Amino acid sequence: MSTALLIMIGLALFLGLVLGYAAIKFKVTESPLVQKIDAILPQTQCGQCGFPGCKPYATAIAAGEADINQCPPGGEEGIRKLAELLGVDPKPLNAEHGAPKPKSVAVIDENLCIGCTLCIQACPVDAILGTAKHMHTVIAKECTGCELCIPPCPVDCISMQVVQEDLATWKSKYPLYAIRSA
Amino acid sequence: MRTLFQFNGGVHPAEHKQESSTQDIACAPLPTQLIVPLQQHIGQRAKPLVQVGDSVLKGQMIGQADGATSCAVHAPTSGRVSAIGEAPVPHPSGLPDLCITITPDGAEQWVERTPLDYQSMSPTEVRKHLRDFGLAGLGGAVFPSHVKLNLGKLAKVPTLILNGAECEPWITCDDRLMRERTADIVAGAKIMQHLLNADEVLIGIEDNKPQAIAAMRAACADARFEVIAVPTLYPSGGAKQLTKILTGKEPPSGGRSSDIGVQIFNVATAYSVARAVLHGEPLISRIVTVTGNVDQPRNYEVLLGTPVKELVALASPRNDTQGYIMGGPMMGFTLPSDAVPVTKASNCLIASSPKLFPPPPPALPCIRCTQCAQACPVNLQPQDLYWFSRGREFGKAQEYNLFDCIECGCCDYVCPSHIPLVQYYRFAKGEIWAREREKQQADLARERHEFRLQRIEREKKERADKLAAKTQGSKAPSANAEADPKKAAIQAAIERAKLKRAGVMPQNVENLPVETLKEIKEIEARRAQLKQAMEKQPDTPNS
Repeated sequence: MSTALLIMIGLALFLGLVLGYAAIKFKVTESPLVQKIDAILPQTQCGQCGFPGCKPYATAIAAGEADINQCPPGGEEGIRKLAELLGVDPKPLNAEHGAPKPKSVAVIDENLCIGCTLCIQACPVDAILGTAKHMHTVIAKECTGCELCIPPCPVDCISMQVVQEDLATWKSKYPLYAIRSA
Repeated sequence: MRTLFQFNGGVHPAEHKQESSTQDIACAPLPTQLIVPLQQHIGQRAKPLVQVGDSVLKGQMIGQADGATSCAVHAPTSGRVSAIGEAPVPHPSGLPDLCITITPDGAEQWVERTPLDYQSMSPTEVRKHLRDFGLAGLGGAVFPSHVKLNLGKLAKVPTLILNGAECEPWITCDDRLMRERTADIVAGAKIMQHLLNADEVLIGIEDNKPQAIAAMRAACADARFEVIAVPTLYPSGGAKQLTKILTGKEPPSGGRSSDIGVQIFNVATAYSVARAVLHGEPLISRIVTVTGNVDQPRNYEVLLGTPVKELVALASPRNDTQGYIMGGPMMGFTLPSDAVPVTKASNCLIASSPKLFPPPPPALPCIRCTQCAQACPVNLQPQDLYWFSRGREFGKAQEYNLFDCIECGCCDYVCPSHIPLVQYYRFAKGEIWAREREKQQADLARERHEFRLQRIEREKKERADKLAAKTQGSKAPSANAEADPKKAAIQAAIERAKLKRAGVMPQNVENLPVETLKEIKEIEARRAQLKQAMEKQPDTPNS
């Protein structure tokens, strides 16, 4: 009887230690739900949703403080994926936060740029290269098209250009053909 | 006699090989201009090496391989570079790509051609040369050959297969090549066998090409290569299908044929390897079948970059010709215009007319008859893939191994409802790739954004620390100089200077005569005495 009790107590202590160690070693600092939502968001970091970036928006969705239809760059598909993840009904994009646009990149007119660095400070992904009183330029590959650099520019030398399809990004279109009626 | 294996399904479309296979290969005349795309292979586009106005020689490298999966492009003839820029290329999208346009001077002056002594060279070195000779698979996929000839960690690839099946209707360029240029094909196979350290070389040819089989058998008799006639059945010329027929092995889903100890090349690639290694000629021409709605269908040896318009004119297209198909009727595509050039991938040009290729009848809904599944040579369920692609359920389509589809068109061919199934699969594949690219971009943006936030946080902290140190410094001014690192540094510098001054010694005294040294010594002694005396009575005046 006492042996069994001792074994059970010993086992309980041992497992308790293991669990306690695991809780410290594999501590989850961030909610996994936030990460899952963040993975769906397009990471433009544009702030159109009303939050200062995709991660804060994801946190707000997870906490139930924001709706799933506030991300224009994510579009209908993003909303559908969020709805699927959270087990809610998809809804149309909230027009208050803007409309979806084709993928664009910012382009600086290098003749007009005065080198004020304001756009560099505004860029959420450090995709603008330059320094004070020297011309700036956008690293097109890293630009998310968030448009945050446009308002601070004092000389309006930044414009958004829609990314054109090339041979590397071309994709076959959805087949369209006549189906015989009845 | 070798036991042959069977793949699932397959179809028997009308062959139409007789039209162009009866005449020998003709050499196409020099065109008025040559448009050489820098991307004629799968992988990275080549980097241009010339400028507008440069004179180039025939066979001179004008585009350098850029990256591991890439190969060079060469000037197909001597002349002057008249333009470098975007020009139409043979692609279903009709989008332009970077091309180098050369105006021939008619001299056909070659660069220096040096054959390689491949047996005394290391395989890596030979492969580097093949890359610089611009070798890519000429069967249609144009995968750089030097990559396929890389053994990597393997000691050898036991089986090398040469693909001479040429299963698509209308195309006869490999047939004619095997009949007329047999020796070079066999020589190329020997080079490949050497590079891959292969035990056996199998040459698979469909049995509708008896002359080619006979010619290859005669040439291979002493090389101990096995020429195997395979039953005519589309798509037995698919790399995986021919491997299955000849060896019974199938590479795993998503795997490569080298995973099962097999490497497969088109016969035309073997021919080009021989031309490159034994004659020093880079890949600047290929055999192209010009057939279909033309009066004189024939095979031509064409310089890469020759405009399609000038090539097809040689075969006199009929009046009702409506565009051209590049490749075969099963897997080829209609060219966006006839201004595009012939590239390494162009094996066949078919002039199409409404009579020859009538537009498909209107599609009917899928009735789930599963005839497509019976015809599919890759054992897929085309009807399910169709539903998933149509419904944009791309995850499901991938689960059903969409990416194992070789787009051979057998399902299209047998579909009683005339649904363009392959178009749906291409659409689904394109969407999945686009999503993959978007995901990569999003991941990059996330990483950069997080790094930026971290950086801002760090800078803020650094500024705060600096400020804190400054304010603390002004409140407690040098309580002890020892603790202040700045002051300590200054003190140390002063000490060092003092020591230096004390240690000043007369210079250049090593080579003086003994008397002079003695004199110096005396003077030094007097000086030291004086110094001592002065230090003892500092108040006493000097004199």
